[in-house]
Amino acid sequence: MLNFATRRFGLSLLILFVAVTVMFLMIRAVPGDPVQIMLGPRATPELQAQLTAALGLDQPIWKQLLIFYGNLLQGDLGTDVFSGRSVTDIVFQQLPFTLELIFASILWSASLGIALGAYAAAHPNTLIDRIAAAISVSFVAAPAFVVALLALLIFAVHLQWFPAIGAGEGFWDRLNHLVLPAFAIGLSWVGYIARLVRASMLEVMGESHVRTARAFGIAERRVVMVYALRIAILPVVTVIGVGMGFLLSSAVFAEIVFARPGLGKLVIDSITTRNYPIVMGSVLISTALFVVSTALADLINALLDPRARTAH
Amino acid sequence: MTETLLEIDHLSVDYETGRGDLNALRDITFNINKGEIVGIVGESGCGKSTLISSILRLTAPNTRFREGEIRFKGQDLLQAPERHMRDLRGADISIVFQDPMQTHNPVLTIGQQMLDIQHRSKQSKADKLAHAAKMLGAVGIPDPEARLKQYPHEFSGGMRQRIAIAMALMSEPDLLIADEPTTALDATLEVQIIERLQELQREFHCAILFISHHLGVIAELCDRVVVMYAGAVVESGDVREIFHNPKHPYTRRLIECDPGHIKERARVLPTIPGEVPDLANLPGGCIFRDRCDQAMAQCASDVPPLDQLKEGHHAACWLNHEEATT
Repeated sequence: MLNFATRRFGLSLLILFVAVTVMFLMIRAVPGDPVQIMLGPRATPELQAQLTAALGLDQPIWKQLLIFYGNLLQGDLGTDVFSGRSVTDIVFQQLPFTLELIFASILWSASLGIALGAYAAAHPNTLIDRIAAAISVSFVAAPAFVVALLALLIFAVHLQWFPAIGAGEGFWDRLNHLVLPAFAIGLSWVGYIARLVRASMLEVMGESHVRTARAFGIAERRVVMVYALRIAILPVVTVIGVGMGFLLSSAVFAEIVFARPGLGKLVIDSITTRNYPIVMGSVLISTALFVVSTALADLINALLDPRARTAH
Repeated sequence: MTETLLEIDHLSVDYETGRGDLNALRDITFNINKGEIVGIVGESGCGKSTLISSILRLTAPNTRFREGEIRFKGQDLLQAPERHMRDLRGADISIVFQDPMQTHNPVLTIGQQMLDIQHRSKQSKADKLAHAAKMLGAVGIPDPEARLKQYPHEFSGGMRQRIAIAMALMSEPDLLIADEPTTALDATLEVQIIERLQELQREFHCAILFISHHLGVIAELCDRVVVMYAGAVVESGDVREIFHNPKHPYTRRLIECDPGHIKERARVLPTIPGEVPDLANLPGGCIFRDRCDQAMAQCASDVPPLDQLKEGHHAACWLNHEEATT
C-alpha cells in the first residue's frame, strides 16, 4: 500500500511539472505585449523597459522558466504586478471559495447519483428504472451555464429563495450562497453518475461472485450494498477524481454568473490584464488540485480494490 | 441409507425468449438419497445449469416452472416462500460453482467472506474465524489463519476451488451441489480436488450432486449417474451398470468419445455427428433421433418413455422395446 502511494505521488509530481511548464509557455504565446497592456498606450519607453526588467521578461524564455521553477522550489510564486502583494496570498485567499463550491457540487451530485443509479440497477427495466433514466439523461443534457442562468432567474430573482451574488459571511450564510451555484454545476453530474452507477451495478450483479453470495443465503440487501456496490463504485470514484478538473472549469462560469470570488474568476481577470504571476499561481494551484484529486481517487480505489494495489 | 433427500419429480422448465418458449428441461425425474453421490453427465446446453439453479431457485427472471416438483426432505421447493429458500441456501443445500477464478468476491478478504456466510450462526466473530480457519485446513490450505486475511487474487485457481469447497461444507449441508468443479482446473489438480471431495464426503456424510462432462471423474466418484441430453434424462442408473451396460445410444457414444476411453492413437478424435436440437422448436419423437445411427421409424413419431429396464436402471430408447417396429 505504501509502495503504491509512493509511486502514485511520483506520477503526480510529473503531471504537475508537465502541466505547469506547458501553461508557462502557452501564456507567453497569447498575443499582446503584457507591459503595454498593463501600462496603457501612453507609457514612456523608459517605464516600459523598467517594468519589463522587473517582470524578468527581458530574459530568454528558458531562463524565465528556470527562474520561475527556482522561486517555486522556495515556495515563492512571485508578487502581483499591481498591488505588490504576494501571489501565494492572493491565490490562497480565493482558493477556499472554489474548493467549497466544488466539494458541495460533488457531494450532492455523487450522493444523489449513486442512490438513483443503484436503485435503478436493483429494479432493472421497471417503471422506476425508466423514470430514473429519463431524469438522468435530461440532467446530463442540461449545460451548466444554462442551468446557472435559469436557476439565478427563477430562484434568486423571481422567487428570491436564495441570494443571487457573492459568497456570504459566516457558515450558514456561505452555505446559503452555495446552493444555487452548486446546484447549477452539479446537476449534469447527477445524471452522469446515475447512468454510470446503473451500468456498473448491472454488470457486477451479473458476475459469478454475486451468485455465490446469493447461493449462501446472504441477505439481498447485503449482497447489493456490500458485495456489488463496493465493486460497482470503483469506476465512479475514478470518474469523480477526473471530474474535479471539469468541475473546476464549470466553477469558472458559476463564479462569473453568481459574481462569486474564487480561483476561476481570478484566472479570467488576470489573463485579461496579462498579470503573468497571478495566472501562473492560479494555474499551478488548480493543476495541483486536479492532480491531487485524481491521485486521491486512485488511492481510494486502491483501498477499495486490493487488485489495484499490485497493478500499475 | 436409502432415505430420499431430494426428489426431482417430472420437472419441466421453460425460458421465455424473444423466439418463443425454450423448453430447457422436460420431464426430469430422479432422486438423490441421503449420503449418496449422484453424477449428472451431458454436453453443454443439456440443461445441467438450469437444473441446479432450479434446485436453489436462483433462476433468471425469464424462467417459468411449467410442471413438476422439486422436493427436498419432502417439501416442494418450487412452492416454498423465498424466505424459506434463503434459509436453505448455504445451510442445507450448498453449491460449488464451476469457475473458481470468478466465484469469490474480489474486494473482500477470504476471511470476511467466510464470516459472512456464517450469518446464521450465533457464535462470536473469533469463533467463526476459527471455524473458517479449521475448514481451510481441512481442504488442505496451509497456514489457514494468515491466509484468511488475504484476497482471492492472492490464491491460485486450485486453492480457490478448495476454498469454495470449504465454504460450501462449512455449514455441514445435507446436499452439496458441485457444478463442474474441476472443469477449469488442470488434470493433476482435478485428481486432488476429487480425492479431497471423497474424503470430505466420508467425513461430513453429505449427499453430492456432481455435475461434469468428464466421465472418468463421474465413474471414480459417483454411486449413480444421470445422463442428460437436450433438457431430458435419457438414461440413469448405477454407475457400474451405466458404464458397462449402457442402454441408450447417446450414453454409448459419450463413453466412446471420452478421451480416457480411447486406447489407440487416433488422428481424429471420435465425435457424435450432428447438433443438439433447437430447444425452442423441438422436433417430435426422440430428441436424439437425428444423431442416432440406430434410429427407426418409431423414433420419428413417438417420444420414448424413460422405462425401468431392471432395478435402478432406466433408459429412454425404443431399442429396448421388443415390440419396436423397424
